[in-house]
Amino acid sequence: MRIAGMMRVIGDEISSDLLYPGRYLTISDRAEQAKHALEGLGPTWPGRLAGITILGAGWNLGCGSSREQAATALQAAGIRLVIARSASRLFFRNCINNGLPIITCETLGAALNDESWMEADLAQGTATYAGQSYLFPPLPKTLLDIVNDGGLLKRMERQKEGLLF
Amino acid sequence: MKPQTIAEKILTRAAGKSVEANDIIDVTPDRCFTVDDTIGTIIRYHREAGITTLPAPDRIGIFCDHYAPADSAEHASDHSAGRRYAAAHGIKNFFEVGQGISHQICIERGLVMPGELVFNSDSHTTTLGAVGCFGTGLGALETAYVWATGRIWLRVPPTINIRLEGQLAPGVDAKDACLALLKTHGAMLATYCAIEFTGPGTKHLNIASRMTLCNMGVELGAKTAFFATDSITQAHYESLGMTIDAEAAQPDPGAIYARDITLDLSAIEPLVACPHNVDNVHSAHSQQGIAINQAFLGSCTNGRLEDLRAAAHILAGRRIAPGVRMLVTPASAWVLEAALREGLIQTMLAAGATLTTPGCGACAGLHLGVLGDGEVCISSSSRNFQGRMGNANAAIYLASPATTAASAVTGHITDPRNL
Repeated sequence: MRIAGMMRVIGDEISSDLLYPGRYLTISDRAEQAKHALEGLGPTWPGRLAGITILGAGWNLGCGSSREQAATALQAAGIRLVIARSASRLFFRNCINNGLPIITCETLGAALNDESWMEADLAQGTATYAGQSYLFPPLPKTLLDIVNDGGLLKRMERQKEGLLF
Repeated sequence: MKPQTIAEKILTRAAGKSVEANDIIDVTPDRCFTVDDTIGTIIRYHREAGITTLPAPDRIGIFCDHYAPADSAEHASDHSAGRRYAAAHGIKNFFEVGQGISHQICIERGLVMPGELVFNSDSHTTTLGAVGCFGTGLGALETAYVWATGRIWLRVPPTINIRLEGQLAPGVDAKDACLALLKTHGAMLATYCAIEFTGPGTKHLNIASRMTLCNMGVELGAKTAFFATDSITQAHYESLGMTIDAEAAQPDPGAIYARDITLDLSAIEPLVACPHNVDNVHSAHSQQGIAINQAFLGSCTNGRLEDLRAAAHILAGRRIAPGVRMLVTPASAWVLEAALREGLIQTMLAAGATLTTPGCGACAGLHLGVLGDGEVCISSSSRNFQGRMGNANAAIYLASPATTAASAVTGHITDPRNL
């Protein structure tokens, strides 16, 4: 899976409260969720994702609650890839299981600049960025398969027959 | 077979094959719960995917705790959708408004057992490790998937061994021990790892204190956090008329730990986590000049009977400072009943505190106790991220129940030992 596009970069320790404030948790419509993505950082932030394909971040992205809207609102806002120096477990899982690929890589995460172009190959673990090539640990096949399937919802639709505990 | 940590042993059973740290495996959990802020999304996913039957409704539970009682039509509709869904699918473990916080109910009623793998759509499910249960949070879609299929992928976590030595001094709480770990090691100490709390200090920590430490494990980044089963765990289940397998949650001798850390409990002083990060920790004494508007006593971190006792002890015969409001939210109906029997609620009300319905209360700012612009709250809860209590223009300081109560009395952050 190859992804290319413009990147927006946010900082360290951007919690799920900042990614998606709790007062919007009852919104189920993804397009409406998108209007509040990153709103905890300030009212102008949702608009700053227009035309952005890749979100870059520092340490411990998505720390805090289990709310998956922190991931799905970004996805609805057009984000197709998240790259962070590190991410919380729940945010990482919510991304993968909703079909939004996420790379955690200390060296690549440290090199990111706002409003720059990146191209990444998730299966190979390679990225081209600002004229340089980077290597990152590729996603394990199990997880890449979930992303390629479009997330667990698509799997659940396909697998609903013949399942058991 | 290689010696295993508690996490590896529990996941070996859940996967049906031997596992070790960093394996990606498919597991079948013993229980998979949800809370009210996620039930609506789960139901929607099942509708979208065409899921009409659940294979194991007896392993499922639904808890109305995050906004109970409901403050809006949307939140009330989540509750009513949950009730209809539970009735339609024969889910007996439906916990109504007022029963309390999921993690508290799970332990105080023995809904979970040592050695089990338990999911809940709430990050603080790590609390269950206090009784040797592998508790971890899931997102909404993941929970919907587990309910429909009975399985999901997990990465087997490496384990960090946190050896506890000594004993907490009077006026110092397990919460202060959590804050001490955050102060020294930061909020990324255990990202994607399990924690085992071990060492001679564990024998001085009761179930309530263990719950606080495991609860805050997720603030250290942990996937799950454990105390191995011991006589304290056994006594807890005996008090419920239940017996446990003492070996259900024990690491093998020689198990491999990713890291070993020691925490001397006797050296800890009352601490506060200052805005807006859980690891921005300073001594309560050093923050003495900070004036507060609200004090919140409650949450899955510190809403237990022992926490209400600590606060009532401070508040007895005193009044909450003018201009300060104190919200008391027992973690469960059982906690509320016991606190009433002991006279703790009466003591706190006499001091001017406000009692709210058992549940999550003001912690997540979803239905009550929201802060005003420019306000400061001292809270016994677990998170102080910007906007956490419903207002990005407010500041939250995290502290122990005793420090929270002492600060309510003086109107500014106060080391409870100085009151």
